[in-house]
Amino acid sequence: MTTSNDAPPADPGNYEAYFKSKDADLRRYREMLRIRRFEEMAARAYTRGKISGFLHLYIGQEAIAVATKEILQPADRVVSTYRTHGFAIALGSSPGACMAELYGKATGLVAGTGGSMHFFDRKNQLWGGYAIVGNHVPVAAGHAFASKYKGDGGVTFCYLGDGALAIGPTHEGWTLAGLWKLPIVFVVENNRYSMGTPLARSIPVTDVTLKAPGYNMASDRFRVTSVAETAERLGAAAKIAREENRPVLVELVTYRFRGHSMSDPGKYRNKEEVEEWRRWDPLERTYRALIDHHGLSEEALEELDDAIVDEMEEAVTFAEESPQPAPEARFRNILVES
Amino acid sequence: MPEIQIRHAIRDAMAEEMARDENIFLMGEEVGHYNGAYKCSEGLLERFGEKRVVDTPIAETGFAGVGIGAAMCGLRPIIEFMTFNFSAVAFDQILNNAAKIHHMTNGQFSVPIVFRGPNAAAHMLGSTHSQAFEPFYAHVPGLIVIAVATPYDAKGLLKTAIRDPNPVVFLESELMYSVKGEVPEEEYTIPIGVADTKRSGDDVTVITWGQGVPVALKAAELAAEEGIECDVIDLRTLRPMDTEAVLESVRRTNRAVVLFHGWPYGGVGGEVVARIQEFAFDHLDAPVLRVCYEDVPMPYAENLENLVLPTPERGLAAIREVAYVD
Repeated sequence: MTTSNDAPPADPGNYEAYFKSKDADLRRYREMLRIRRFEEMAARAYTRGKISGFLHLYIGQEAIAVATKEILQPADRVVSTYRTHGFAIALGSSPGACMAELYGKATGLVAGTGGSMHFFDRKNQLWGGYAIVGNHVPVAAGHAFASKYKGDGGVTFCYLGDGALAIGPTHEGWTLAGLWKLPIVFVVENNRYSMGTPLARSIPVTDVTLKAPGYNMASDRFRVTSVAETAERLGAAAKIAREENRPVLVELVTYRFRGHSMSDPGKYRNKEEVEEWRRWDPLERTYRALIDHHGLSEEALEELDDAIVDEMEEAVTFAEESPQPAPEARFRNILVES
Repeated sequence: MPEIQIRHAIRDAMAEEMARDENIFLMGEEVGHYNGAYKCSEGLLERFGEKRVVDTPIAETGFAGVGIGAAMCGLRPIIEFMTFNFSAVAFDQILNNAAKIHHMTNGQFSVPIVFRGPNAAAHMLGSTHSQAFEPFYAHVPGLIVIAVATPYDAKGLLKTAIRDPNPVVFLESELMYSVKGEVPEEEYTIPIGVADTKRSGDDVTVITWGQGVPVALKAAELAAEEGIECDVIDLRTLRPMDTEAVLESVRRTNRAVVLFHGWPYGGVGGEVVARIQEFAFDHLDAPVLRVCYEDVPMPYAENLENLVLPTPERGLAAIREVAYVD
């Protein structure tokens, strides 16, 4: 694999390469939109005071989770950060359980023990949900260590933000993964800002993949502008990890359209920058491709949108009507009862 | 019964468990080719191979995290810290991942892992290498904390720790790896959460653990020469604590001294005192005293270090004080 630059393709309206199938693109659009509508509903509930704590939205980065789902094999694992709702929705978690978790309800994904930053859904291959920046990187390497130890053929996909590049556990996890040749893909979701600090003020060299050779990792780097390209290139990375038993580092240049969390108005970036990135929003691009390239009608997509809004409103209703955890629930699962 | 050193009791416990369950592996600095910094893993690489006896670079947060991630997948890692002082750089992994994952995933995942290695002051290693870590780990719900002082306890409790489905912090002592004691040849285990009376007496209760045990026993010996008979209770497990064993003794002796390696401020010693005053207040004839490190960073100089450490003489003075002997 080669390292490429992070410049976008020449024209966001060029659909030839990565919008080849109407059915696949419609499915991808639907899955991305489900995440976006979920996040919008969560933001609204937060503003209404229904959700507390921290709420980090995935709006703008949805294509990454959807692409991951496309290439995931049964023995694989996804390990993510505190910005993890998108992965849960894409991997198949129930939006109702996800929303109920944000509400701190007994029916939540982890029964109200974790909240927004700690989503885990084992049956859907979501292995976290880690909110201490970088500390999941060695843990994910441990999953890959177990895959190699047991020979289960699984690849671990470990996602981290650009904000996790300066902290120690990332370095240690990458060192051990490279040293022990573990089947893992480290995916840096470079959304340009670690909270309010741009990458250039976080790490000395901003092409993250330049780190890869020192850890004996293959690497790839590109701007996320479609699900299909992201799936294709993540899939190629996973193939190397799976077949050659070695780690791969993929830097995905992406953008979040909302603040770091709900309390962040995003004053560290200007409107022009956000607008420029919006031209490359994979969701918006897929919408345009479905109409301009595949010939779907705006009305058809409106109907699809309405159905998704209904699904997410049901999730909100489910969360609101669900009971809080029973008082005795706080004593559960502290130790495994043997 | 054969007499063996603590280091060999630890090695035998690991070897027996590894032979029993191939999901168990040992990981840490110098555990393999070097046979262990303190020779606790001597011969294990030769017997079990590189897959299961894994040498690591100096990267505690890395290999502690790898162990946690592997444990979540059903493996049973034993992570050796060359000293628990180095666990400080892996503290986040133990605090935020090992101790939290079972709870925070609503039981979807568990972390069956043992973190083991020497703890507390050895001799003239300076302040960064002379610390007792049980207060940090015993503070955390979701962890089990064990401290051992004899070959018998080391072997029996380490086997139990390895089989336990929870994260266990297992504290040993660099100064005591050569201590010999009887260990049965046949299979045995010791349950977590059960204290052991190492010496019996009805005048004063001395509660201790880990590296404090030989100091407390020596202090009790000195006290006996003066006619004061001590009950010496080795807690063995610090979390969960065998409170009932402590209370039973204190209700009988009405006097207690807690003797341990570690600072006085906010530690396990203070926890023992709190439980005694809460549950046996009416039985006390004297304030409960602590004999432990002075509240200073450990100095290197031998004379200063000796002043800071708990000694049998300081133990004796405290025993005399609670017994109101001039």
